[in-house]
Amino acid sequence: MPFYMQSSPEIYDSSDRKLILLDEVRELVRYRDLLFQLISRNLKTRYKRSVLGIVWTMVHPLMMMIVLTLAFSHVWRIELPNFSVYVLSGLLLWNFFSQTTNSAMSELLWGGRLLHRIYIPKGVFAVTALGTGLVNLCLSLPALFIIMLANGLTPRAPIIFVPVAILLVSMFTLGCGLLLSTLVVFFADTYEMFQIVLLSWFYLQPIMYPIWIIPESYRWLFAFNPMSYFLTIFRTPIYDGLWPPAQDVAIAAALAVSVLTLGWWVFTRKADQFAYYV
Amino acid sequence: MRDAMIKGLENAEERRETGENRQPQPAAAVIRLEDVAVRYRVAHEQIRTLKEYAIRALKRRVTYNEFYALDGVSLEVYAGEVFGVVGRNGAGKSTLLRLIAQVMRPTRGRVWRKGRVAPLLELGAGFHDELTGRENIFLNGALIGYTRAEILRLFDEIVEFAELGNFIDTPLRNLSSGMTARLGFAVATAAHPDILIVDEVLSVGDERFKQKCTSRIESFRRNGATILLVSHSADLVKSICNRAVWLERGKVRAIDRAAEVVQMYEQQG
Repeated sequence: MPFYMQSSPEIYDSSDRKLILLDEVRELVRYRDLLFQLISRNLKTRYKRSVLGIVWTMVHPLMMMIVLTLAFSHVWRIELPNFSVYVLSGLLLWNFFSQTTNSAMSELLWGGRLLHRIYIPKGVFAVTALGTGLVNLCLSLPALFIIMLANGLTPRAPIIFVPVAILLVSMFTLGCGLLLSTLVVFFADTYEMFQIVLLSWFYLQPIMYPIWIIPESYRWLFAFNPMSYFLTIFRTPIYDGLWPPAQDVAIAAALAVSVLTLGWWVFTRKADQFAYYV
Repeated sequence: MRDAMIKGLENAEERRETGENRQPQPAAAVIRLEDVAVRYRVAHEQIRTLKEYAIRALKRRVTYNEFYALDGVSLEVYAGEVFGVVGRNGAGKSTLLRLIAQVMRPTRGRVWRKGRVAPLLELGAGFHDELTGRENIFLNGALIGYTRAEILRLFDEIVEFAELGNFIDTPLRNLSSGMTARLGFAVATAAHPDILIVDEVLSVGDERFKQKCTSRIESFRRNGATILLVSHSADLVKSICNRAVWLERGKVRAIDRAAEVVQMYEQQG
């Protein structure tokens, strides 16, 4: 009994390329089921053998908070009200960025052995990393909410800005992930080098400490750190209960759009060569 | 599996010769290559680290060795034929298949194809050990390019063909390698492809399962699928292919009826 595919016969013509940038977007839409499968694989396999399963995504930040609050507010003696909310909000955003960029690289390397044999739109891997990171971020937000309430902070109206901040940081992160995964195909040591960059980058921004412990004369240096704008627009509505400064929002938006465009452009231009190298 | 497949195809051949199951004459081209070239650029010394590259780039010492894996190749493959590709190692056979499977793009020229390609990938590439058979069917199906609706429609058929039975919800790490391989074959060929690419020896499970694979490939052919076969073995190509191309150092030496191409290849190759 023949059971042919019902989709219309696909025509592939190597000379039919209009704008590679948009072709890849169209292909991603066509492969949306694959995106969904890969993201759900990541979520399922992460906690596959554990009893609590996905609940760990929420428990983990809570546990981390208890340790950090004890360690920092008592050992370091940083006098900052509601220190744990301050740290956790910064940490969640940072973890989202570092995990997503790292997994963009490892997803592409994992897919490498498939790229020799079957056609897959290569952008799938970076977008999968982003989707997984977003789900994890959203699942840990309830933990942040609990810590807020425990510290006597009730969310105020500006909290509705948080999704916008997440959208902007996602665009920036995807752009970085695309650039890094392009590099890692050609140079395997990109991954290791990026770990060192991440480690120092982490301490070069006000996540574990408030900006005012830095002497005034050095503070301008922080303006060169793109992450600091995303930290500000994400943390201000949560920690201070205020709308983020318009200037920071504007810079963050400009960074998000330009890095994503650059990443997408570089990635799609080089993607055809991946099969030769991976 | 290749042996099994050959047998299947030979059977099909016999049947066709005896007038049973007569094939419609191949007419329309399903694959067309026009003056295709693929250039590889290989750095003289293999540079794999960024640091090394930066140092060499500064010293202006990144030099490349260019060579053409394929050069000026033009050919057509028609619907329903079994098309053979012969040539020695490094003649460009694998590159040719990769172009057709859309895994690589030509440096020059045009590759045109009509219909869905099923590559018999290394069975199980893309599987995940921690996921169950069921979950892996959906994952692997999506990798091959099926939509969720298609997988749902083919699901029972895949499970039945792979003979997973009660193990469908067991994580793959607990299944035998034979079961995994069967699952891979079942997913890859669940929907009949328009073009099937066979380019290496695959061994799938036991004799009985090989028979099943054989009859499935045979039924592809009966239903008008085009089969591309790459082989070192001239005899194999002669016995099952309608037409064949002989590649040498990236160029077409001959393209004709399989028997004639193979004869030339054996005499001069």
